[in-house]
Amino acid sequence: MNLPPSRVRIRTDQPAAPPSTNGAGSVALPDAVTTSADAQWGGAPEVVFDSRDVSVFYGAKQALAGVNLGIRRGQITALIGPSGCGKTTFLRSLNRMNDSVPSFRIEGEILYHGHDIYGGNVDQVEVRRRIGMVFQKPNPFPKSIYDNIAWAPRNLGMRSGLSDRVEKALRGAALWDEVKDRLKDSALGLSGGQQQRLCIARAIAIEPDVLLLDEPASALDPIATGAIEDLMHSLKGRFTIVIVTHNMQQAARVADRTAFFSLETSGEKPVGALIEFDDTERIFSSPRDPRTRDYVTGRFG
Amino acid sequence: MSGSSDPAGFGGKPQAYDPAAPLTPTGNLRRRQIFSKVTEYMATIAALGAIAVLVIVVFAVVRHGADAISWDFIIKGAPEGVAPALVGSAIIVAIATLIATPLGVLIALYLNQYAGRRAAGFVSLTMDVMNGLPAIIIGIFIFTFMVKKQGTLAIGQAGWIGGVALSIIMVPLIARGTQGVLRLIPKSQSEAADALGVARWRTVLSVILPSALGGILTVTILSIARAAGETAPLLLLTSNGDISRVVLNPLEALASGPVRIYTLSEEANPEGFTEAWGLSLLFISFILFASMGARALLARSKRKTSS
Repeated sequence: MNLPPSRVRIRTDQPAAPPSTNGAGSVALPDAVTTSADAQWGGAPEVVFDSRDVSVFYGAKQALAGVNLGIRRGQITALIGPSGCGKTTFLRSLNRMNDSVPSFRIEGEILYHGHDIYGGNVDQVEVRRRIGMVFQKPNPFPKSIYDNIAWAPRNLGMRSGLSDRVEKALRGAALWDEVKDRLKDSALGLSGGQQQRLCIARAIAIEPDVLLLDEPASALDPIATGAIEDLMHSLKGRFTIVIVTHNMQQAARVADRTAFFSLETSGEKPVGALIEFDDTERIFSSPRDPRTRDYVTGRFG
Repeated sequence: MSGSSDPAGFGGKPQAYDPAAPLTPTGNLRRRQIFSKVTEYMATIAALGAIAVLVIVVFAVVRHGADAISWDFIIKGAPEGVAPALVGSAIIVAIATLIATPLGVLIALYLNQYAGRRAAGFVSLTMDVMNGLPAIIIGIFIFTFMVKKQGTLAIGQAGWIGGVALSIIMVPLIARGTQGVLRLIPKSQSEAADALGVARWRTVLSVILPSALGGILTVTILSIARAAGETAPLLLLTSNGDISRVVLNPLEALASGPVRIYTLSEEANPEGFTEAWGLSLLFISFILFASMGARALLARSKRKTSS
């Protein structure tokens, strides 16, 4: 972490819990300056997501089989694997973004702080309010930079101190210095990398508990990619981050823990499955499964 | 591999052409080119024909109507002018727009955001059928229901009833047009909003509708231009309005442009015909300008949403 001290201080200023509509404290934030190291070595790491034997189907086609995976608070967890192995499907299942796919069906349980994400009384809007998502392609609203960030807080009733919140979100996403003089300009005029950081700022402006990143840098050039990776480092600890990436080096650079997904061909049709999940270092240096080894050494995929 | 003389394996037949011959047309290419040219010319002539019809109509209206146009013609009532008809039309169409725009936009939102595939298909079809409904049938229906002495409501002729009839003509136009505009908004927009944990109706109000606003406005203007020229329902519902003075109260029967054009052209007095042309000129100018302005607006808003 090579953060300028000012940035850390600003984030400590944030209120501990958002004045949200869902009851104070239900979205307990980690302490502002907790680092992943604290979470890793200081006491038992808390599990945010506990995926138990999760299988996903699109109509008759099974996309994912039997995923057991625990995602720890404040860490960055990377999901890697070849195309079509179900890693994005898994990510989108974590905040119910797949609900809009008509034929989507899930089996097993995903527990979020002990609550079943797909439980009967769970509201998907509330799920997404706590579990934010950034997509592969930057998708800012056709509004001003300021309004892009302020839109969700406004609609969630977080109206007080809105300008401060916008500034903090933009600083948090390392975009403030580049846009502070043109907050009223359209967000569509930003470069691709800036737009993606704007989308991250938009996501963190409502202080979610978890950030899901779906290949956030795959549409960006190497410099913008570097900026996004630095950003992830600065955000971890404060947020639990799950990132899907095609880029193995990126996983190795940013993630505390890495899950390798692949296509299991034991049945009649290939189905996505979790092959190995471990500390990132372990996955890349001494994987236990030969398929993981083949993938991370570039022998397939 | 069957040898170098037949690499692709077409069964040893000789090649249909000599690859070394000059690159001028061979075989039936000459015939195909002629056919292609003929098709192109016919299509072009058909397109030009459509434009010619519009140009001839506009030319005729301008030529016959220009003499009638004067300041008095626009601001005075009968017998000198047609002001009551212009004002009446404006009021009737405004009422129709106030009814039809919210309904049409809501129907489009339903189709675009909420309806399942089957429901959307059914409602879209209903809109298309409504759009094809002859205006006179809408007129008769409203007449029997609301105007006729022995009818259900028996209100008698009134401007606002004409507005109701025109709104039935406008709703399917606005609904289908707005649906097309909403379709242009990238899905990633609503996905982004969904991922922020904001309820759908707020997304609709503050992201989707603002993005579509230009398009909705355009669609509305186009449907206004269409409704303003409708004559048949107005003949039944609000034809005996006062043509000598401007009436603003929509509870009374109002004069209207199309009905006035009809009655003027029925008059024995040749002056009437000139006035009918003059009023036609006013109407056709309004419709042309409204349509062209709306198209320009739509092009602009498309650029805005797709960039």
